[in-house]
Amino acid sequence: MEKTLQKLAKDFRENEGNIISLLQETQEAFGYIPEEAVYFFSRELDIPASRFFGVSTFYAQFYLKPRGKNIITACCGTACHVKGAERLINGAKRELSLTDENNTTNDNKFTLEQVACVGACSIAPVVIINKKVYGKMSADKLTKEIKTLRQDSNE
Amino acid sequence: MNNLEIKVCMGTGGIAAGGTDVLSAFDSALKERSIPAELQMGCSMHKVGCRGLCAKDVLVDVLIDDSRTTYQYIKPEMVQRIVDEHIVGGNPVSEWLVKEDYHNFHEKQIKVVLSDCGNIDPEDINSYISVGGYKATEKVFATMKPEDVIAEIKKSGLRGRGGAGFPTGVKWEACRGVQPNLQMGQKYIICNADEGDPGAFMDRAVIEGNPHAVIEGMVIGAYAIGASKGYVYIRAEYPLAVERLKLAIAAARERRFIGKNILDSGFDFDIKIKLGAGAFVCGEETALIASIEGQRGMPRAKPPFPVYQGLWGKPTVINNVETLANIPYIIVKGADWFSSYGTEKSKGTKVFALTGKVKNTGLIEVPMGITLKEIIYDIGGGIENDKKLKAVQTGGPSGGCITPDMLDINVDYESLAKVGSIVGSGGMIVLDEDDCMVNVAKYFLSFTQAESCGKCVPCRIGTKRLLEILNRITKGKGKEDDIELLLKLGSDVKSASLCGLGQTAPNPVLSTIKYFREEYEAHLQGKCPAKVCRDLLTYSIIEEFCKGCGACLRACPAGAITGEKKQPHKIAPEICVKCGACFDVCKFKAVGRE
Repeated sequence: MEKTLQKLAKDFRENEGNIISLLQETQEAFGYIPEEAVYFFSRELDIPASRFFGVSTFYAQFYLKPRGKNIITACCGTACHVKGAERLINGAKRELSLTDENNTTNDNKFTLEQVACVGACSIAPVVIINKKVYGKMSADKLTKEIKTLRQDSNE
Repeated sequence: MNNLEIKVCMGTGGIAAGGTDVLSAFDSALKERSIPAELQMGCSMHKVGCRGLCAKDVLVDVLIDDSRTTYQYIKPEMVQRIVDEHIVGGNPVSEWLVKEDYHNFHEKQIKVVLSDCGNIDPEDINSYISVGGYKATEKVFATMKPEDVIAEIKKSGLRGRGGAGFPTGVKWEACRGVQPNLQMGQKYIICNADEGDPGAFMDRAVIEGNPHAVIEGMVIGAYAIGASKGYVYIRAEYPLAVERLKLAIAAARERRFIGKNILDSGFDFDIKIKLGAGAFVCGEETALIASIEGQRGMPRAKPPFPVYQGLWGKPTVINNVETLANIPYIIVKGADWFSSYGTEKSKGTKVFALTGKVKNTGLIEVPMGITLKEIIYDIGGGIENDKKLKAVQTGGPSGGCITPDMLDINVDYESLAKVGSIVGSGGMIVLDEDDCMVNVAKYFLSFTQAESCGKCVPCRIGTKRLLEILNRITKGKGKEDDIELLLKLGSDVKSASLCGLGQTAPNPVLSTIKYFREEYEAHLQGKCPAKVCRDLLTYSIIEEFCKGCGACLRACPAGAITGEKKQPHKIAPEICVKCGACFDVCKFKAVGRE
């Protein structure tokens, strides 16, 4: 981890030095932004840790906790909303036993996220499972996909 | 037959419907029959960007000697038959062809920005050049002074397509006029591709379908204002658009349309991509600038406007994707051609994302001033399942609603503003009788409330209070004077907020109260007329329809349903959590909602 962080800090100094880009690269490397990383950058680059936390909590894209192995992103855009996104989300929550506060399963296999709009409104409602876009989703189909993924990860 | 060309729609919609597999099925089917060799013809296969009608994906064009046949809903297993019967046999597979509605969908549209989307391969610069791409750049550098470019854009009447509708030429002129020596030389041009409005995807489709037009618009804009650096600020939620833009920038640099000494003119300009990190407010220009600088994306007071003090304090022009994509076409075809479309004050065409409960959902480009009726019934094909139209929501979370009795309204900046809505970035969502307007208002407000940056109090706290009131109304716990309170608070938030987000956030609420006050009143009486708001519904089983199949019993998460096999079941209202799972699974319409 130390090595990766050193490299990122070096890039930061040599380039324009943009905190958002640094955090994006950190997340790319670790899947989330570990607390240690923030304190490391803070020491190394002489930037208060509060600025990193300020930026990372402002933007929806940054995660301060590790995410599950499978990522399910439900679109909550207007078109998806009127075509029943809420029911999809509730269905997935039931299937994965998730709550409003906790969106990652205890075994770290699934994370359920919501995003404002992925811009695929004409095939609403849309769900993205591990970066693949599924259009015209139904609660039934989503449950099936989750069951398949669960089986795959058990094998 | 000398030339065969196959075009597969591969925007985000096309890929989600299986476009990648269709393209490779064509590839292997054609190779298997060794068609290119056997028939001795030129054979090419392309992925193309979105052509608008994503609802019918995967759409495939088969062009034999430039005669075009279009198929809809194509799946990989259907490819073999198209190859056998159509390409080899010469008889198109008639039952898979696009129907009348596909042609109706396109008939009333006038495509400027989208004219090449869906026709060219967005990942191949030669494809863009072959339809006249980069002609505008060549023309500008060979024959025009920056002042000429600005004059031409001003004359065209082009206005910003991001929402506010500020004249593009005027913006450029102001930035050009800032004295370079006072500002230490550097100026910037930024392409705003932070398309955050839920329900809008025009910018995504333009970048996915024709990224070079946006780059060309930026080069010409940079030349006009004297900028040497440009940024495209794009949402990270659009991976395909980012990928294609990266490819396009690299290809343009290689051909010297951007970079040092562009086309030997002595002018330097280069473009960088900045990924947004997921904040709606960053579509506001001062917040966008803060975000590019690496800070929290919070807006600041204007003036000073970005054209005087923008990115890193330097003069900066920020234009929307669609605005920039219009530029090359205006330069090549002339300002007069462009301004021949549209109304007196709103020139040209506008791209809309037509979605919701309409038959043909998709991306459309129409001349400004077309009536809403033409959009919904001629292009959109009417309401899905022939239900009743209730309202059209335009402008996303900053916009308002238009009711069915106003369908003859002209769609342009002024007319929509007059009825309390806006053109906005171009989202157009059609709602039918099954949609609850209070719920729609609540949806938009919960979005703006979550996206409020928190800098100014009226927006941060005002939106929260508005949402609380809406929440209690939809839960049946509204108070008698809540509607008046919403109106009062809404107008306060509008007038006291710092940036566009807060100034427009109450619009969906105010506009739904204005036109659908009776729905709010019904909620106060404990009824949701559209049967959407969960807490106001009760579920029960209609005994005469129930076959006792047990589907609802298995689906119920709360164990509220009981009953023997083949006997009518029962829902215990005190256990029921009103999730609607039983209603969704019942095939016999035996679950009632009241």
